Amino acid sequence: MTKYTSFRMKAISFLLDRRALWVIVGLIGAVLLTALLSIGLGEIFMTPDQVVKALFGYGDEMNELVVKQFRFPRIAMAVLAGAALAVSGAILQGMIRNPLASPDILGITWGGALATIGFLTVFSDKANALTVRIQWMPLASFAGAVLAGFLVFILSWKNGISPIRLVLIGIGLTALLQALTTLLMIVGPIYRASEANIWITGSVHGTNGQDVLTLLPWVVILLIVLMVYSRRVNLQELGDDVARGAGAMLLKDRIVLLLISTALAGGAVAFAGGVGFVGLMAPHIARKLVGSSFGVLVPVSALVGSMLVMVADLIGRTVFSPLEVPAGVFTAAIGAPYFIYLLYRSRNK
Amino acid sequence: MYALQTKDLTLGYGEQTVIDQLNLLIPKGEMSVLIGGNGCGKSTLLRSLARLLKPHSGGIVLDGEAISNKPTKEIARKMAILPQSPVAPEGLTVLQLVKQGRYPYQSWFSQWSEDDEIAVQKALKATHMEEYAERNVDSLSGGQRQRAWIALTLAQDTDIILLDEPTTYLDLAHQVEVLDLLFELNKEDNRTILMVLHDLNLACRYADHVIAVKDKGIYDQGKPEDIVNVELVERVFGLQCDIIQDPLFGTPLCVPHGKGRRVHLAGTKDV
Repeated sequence: MTKYTSFRMKAISFLLDRRALWVIVGLIGAVLLTALLSIGLGEIFMTPDQVVKALFGYGDEMNELVVKQFRFPRIAMAVLAGAALAVSGAILQGMIRNPLASPDILGITWGGALATIGFLTVFSDKANALTVRIQWMPLASFAGAVLAGFLVFILSWKNGISPIRLVLIGIGLTALLQALTTLLMIVGPIYRASEANIWITGSVHGTNGQDVLTLLPWVVILLIVLMVYSRRVNLQELGDDVARGAGAMLLKDRIVLLLISTALAGGAVAFAGGVGFVGLMAPHIARKLVGSSFGVLVPVSALVGSMLVMVADLIGRTVFSPLEVPAGVFTAAIGAPYFIYLLYRSRNK
Repeated sequence: MYALQTKDLTLGYGEQTVIDQLNLLIPKGEMSVLIGGNGCGKSTLLRSLARLLKPHSGGIVLDGEAISNKPTKEIARKMAILPQSPVAPEGLTVLQLVKQGRYPYQSWFSQWSEDDEIAVQKALKATHMEEYAERNVDSLSGGQRQRAWIALTLAQDTDIILLDEPTTYLDLAHQVEVLDLLFELNKEDNRTILMVLHDLNLACRYADHVIAVKDKGIYDQGKPEDIVNVELVERVFGLQCDIIQDPLFGTPLCVPHGKGRRVHLAGTKDV
């Protein structure tokens, strides 16, 4: 076999696609390089070697402050959130066997949005000050996203979960959640409305180190579980009958995968807000790069997602400086036309 | 000896009964073909034998044990099913497809053992697909694609293989190619094959045993030369025909009546 390498060590064995390995190595390099450049760019400019020095504590004090307090956490969050959203989308697309599925379309992101706005409205006093600590907001967003995810699954349940029913109910739920979110923004205090709007668009602005440390283990653990689960996704992609004929426990696998997908999207949304279209675009680009085998699609989607959010954030905070444009504006600006392009293409099938 | 057995099997969708209290034996090591008109329930029966459809009542016995009591992975090591016109996701290579037949043998960390590799190589060889292993499934011809799917069921390394209309959408040459392959697998490896076929003439040529499904049950079953006659075709398919002997294989050949162009030569008759 020329394209593949077998990896075997006692009880552990995998078949590796060599080309995909190179793509992964290349993408890791590209993400690291972009991160390095991105940390250096901004109001205070730093060369890559100054960035490295500052990161490891050898730089000058000002640089170190900027890098450690502001830019590094922010960029790390872009990487994590991008990866989580992308992989969440990859799971849904594989499972539903429809390239148009993503956490935004299923309503998961919007569940987070509604919960966030609800949190801001409920816990604001007359002077527009929060009555509880803002640190609780990610928890509310996460809970909202996960609840919306569960609601979609429960509503689409009828002797199991049919993918097409899941999508249709997800679209319906999204519309409802959007309406409720808008309603809350209109009746709520105006100051909160603008804050809420930034959240809905999705931004990694104002991330601190603690946020990154909270999300990091969450994403890493879910990704590892998912990699092990990937052969089940591969099998599901061949259709329900083939998968069950080969001995898959379709229902159990679907529930676990939906849980992972929701948990990933919920985690990303909790800290970065509703950065749109990443969950749709990244898996697509990844499939173009390495094909649809899920074991390699997961890491490649994650890296592409990281790259998308990182670059969107970089543009948002440099091009219109001193204005801060949320990263979500740019992912949507590329994502929406991409979505239309996908629809256009699928029209001919 | 029997590979599969149904006991008072009743199948249906919702309120509607498709198969009623069926007792059927599928002979071991033979090639059996389910025939019948559209919507007679032959595909439903095949799917339920492969545990893809839950019976309303009754059960299916595999190796002397009800399949409802067996873990699904254990069944998958004994019986494989190829559903009707399956679709592979975009960009999947033949190897990646066939490899998934190993699912019931794999575990969390053992995802490509030597046994897996040997079984996949054997499956590719048997289906003459070795040279296409690294090609994308979407880039293959219809016949090659179907051979790749059959390779997936072979990689499952089971004694019993069920196929739902494996020749649908294939031209005649590819139909013969696929059926020849299944014939080889049956005769050389002694695998039990049960499939649904639409073409009665091909069914008569390849099958050791045909099962004619009609009125929620079995109309008749046995060797094609013993049971396929004018009356059976009329009752099962509602078609008037002549049955002659296949000039090459000696098996029954159904020549349907109806309209059509006539060329008057010696030996033709008017019906």
